[in-house]
Amino acid sequence: MTRAPSVKLIVEQDAARLAFAGEWTLDAGARLEAESARALQSLEGRPATLDLSALDGLDTAGAWILSRMLADIEASGLSASFEGARPEHATLLREARYRESDPTEIAPHGPASLLADMGESVWLAGRDVLSSLDFIGRIVAVAAKSLVRPRRWRLTSTVYHLEQMGLRGAPLILMINFFVGAIVAQQGIVQLARFGASSLTVDLVAILTLRELGVMLTAIMVAGRSGSAITAELGAMNMREELDALRVMALDPLEALVLPRLTALVIALPLLTFLGDLAALTGGMVIAWGFGDVSPHQFWAELQYPVSVTRFLSGIAKAPFMALAIGVIASLEGFAVQGSAESLGRRVTASVVKSIFTVILLDGAFAMFYAAVRF
Amino acid sequence: MNPAIRVRGLEVAFGARKVMDGLDLDLMRGEVLGFVGASGAGKSVLTRTILGLNPKRAGVIEADGRDLDKLTPAERSRVERGWGVLFQQGALFSSLTVRQNVEAPMREHLDISPGLRTELAMLKLRLVGLPPDAGVKFPSELSGGMIKRAALARALALDPGVLFLDEPTSGLDPISAAEFDELIATLQATLGLTVFMVTHDLDSLYAICDRVAVLGRGKVIAIGTIPELLQSEEPWIQDYFHGKRGAGRAAPQAGSMLVRAKSSPL
Repeated sequence: MTRAPSVKLIVEQDAARLAFAGEWTLDAGARLEAESARALQSLEGRPATLDLSALDGLDTAGAWILSRMLADIEASGLSASFEGARPEHATLLREARYRESDPTEIAPHGPASLLADMGESVWLAGRDVLSSLDFIGRIVAVAAKSLVRPRRWRLTSTVYHLEQMGLRGAPLILMINFFVGAIVAQQGIVQLARFGASSLTVDLVAILTLRELGVMLTAIMVAGRSGSAITAELGAMNMREELDALRVMALDPLEALVLPRLTALVIALPLLTFLGDLAALTGGMVIAWGFGDVSPHQFWAELQYPVSVTRFLSGIAKAPFMALAIGVIASLEGFAVQGSAESLGRRVTASVVKSIFTVILLDGAFAMFYAAVRF
Repeated sequence: MNPAIRVRGLEVAFGARKVMDGLDLDLMRGEVLGFVGASGAGKSVLTRTILGLNPKRAGVIEADGRDLDKLTPAERSRVERGWGVLFQQGALFSSLTVRQNVEAPMREHLDISPGLRTELAMLKLRLVGLPPDAGVKFPSELSGGMIKRAALARALALDPGVLFLDEPTSGLDPISAAEFDELIATLQATLGLTVFMVTHDLDSLYAICDRVAVLGRGKVIAIGTIPELLQSEEPWIQDYFHGKRGAGRAAPQAGSMLVRAKSSPL
């Protein structure tokens, strides 16, 4: 059984002797500090001898505290010394002796630093736009080079990512769009009933899905699913110097890693959008049948009017642009990952947030564009 | 006296491949045990199994004579508090500064004031020979040698009795490696540590190890002082110590190096 650390004061004429006993180790925790503080107070300005002969155990923490006591007594202009320390304790006391240290601290955050942070983030946002443009330019250059020499095109990698992003993403996209189509149909039936216009539900579902919801939801899901994967992959490769390894082999990471992923995204997103459109319409049909007494046959017949090639194209035409935005943002964030795991986490978050934001922004821009050209 | 770590009949397998096949090992209190073996022989697997990071198929691992499998989680956690581990790549937490890394185990396990915790962390950094301003740096800003030192400081944070070192000198230049060997020898003498050291560095073996164990065919095929191992008939051990890189060293020289390293000041 280990004994708790203790110290006893023995006053001899005008000097004092502090007799230490027990285990002066980290296990005692706060007791070490409490005991030493109490002993220091009890000295009441007498010079002291620190008697260690009855000490059971000592570790670096105990040695540090004992030598700090010694230094504290000496700092008040009195003499102090150790006595009776065993050889191994003496070594510890020498190696772990107290030394004034002022650990350099990171400057505290104040209101000024908050302002500085705001200014920095505005400046960084501007730089983000510039670096995206720069990145797109370089991607175009790399893509053009690959077009001239098609053998440099990484077909295997592109197909692999097409499978990961497209095929394996399809069930999720189908499910989400199915439910959203169903929800829109249900709300359409309920809300439009007040105007006696429930029959327009089919139009509502079809137009909303084909023009806006299908592509936007799909793009958001892809940003969360594949964009984050791209950032994490490139970021981890950057942390482990794999990107540098590519560069010293005279390979361009843009060509070897980014181009196949971007190509796969630009192909996969329109395909997924098409599937998403189908799923949403099916969802609408199921609800219209079960909730609004519209038979599938009737739904199909009514679908012929709102569904047109132009309407379908107006939605799906946005997909490649959104795919490009997601891919560029995800790759840029991946390349920006620095050494720490925290940085990787932050960049993946930033990648998803920025991608989704940009997807919605693009959708708005397309709406304005379509309105302007009366599409 | 019970050995610090006692392994009996250890079996570890990955699928059909047996990595450890009835391995016995004693780590005596206060000794520095070097552990060598061909690459892929399972040195790291053994370390990880003792530390409880790999599951074992059969066998007993005892710490201070207590079977680790029979301990309650609380008892096991107390045993593990007495172990310090230096991983091969350092495994410093990349989002914490060096000082916070050293403070991390203290913060979790000890009931001491934040001021003392910081002081002790700075003391540990000084003990491993890092300058005070290294404390505020992040691991990604450190050189390889400094990462090893910082990781050693973290391994020593709770004043462990047993220190596990996984290739402590790999990736260091010979001068830094020799300094690191000296550092471990000094700390071992000062703090009375028991050291289990997986290494490939012949210099480390000669400089600081009291005994060396050789791993092969899933067992410890030889264990003893270096002069004893040099007498071994085992072809792998012959190649290891008398091969191109082992040649030129002789036992007497090893003895004198041992003494020098152990008495050198910090």
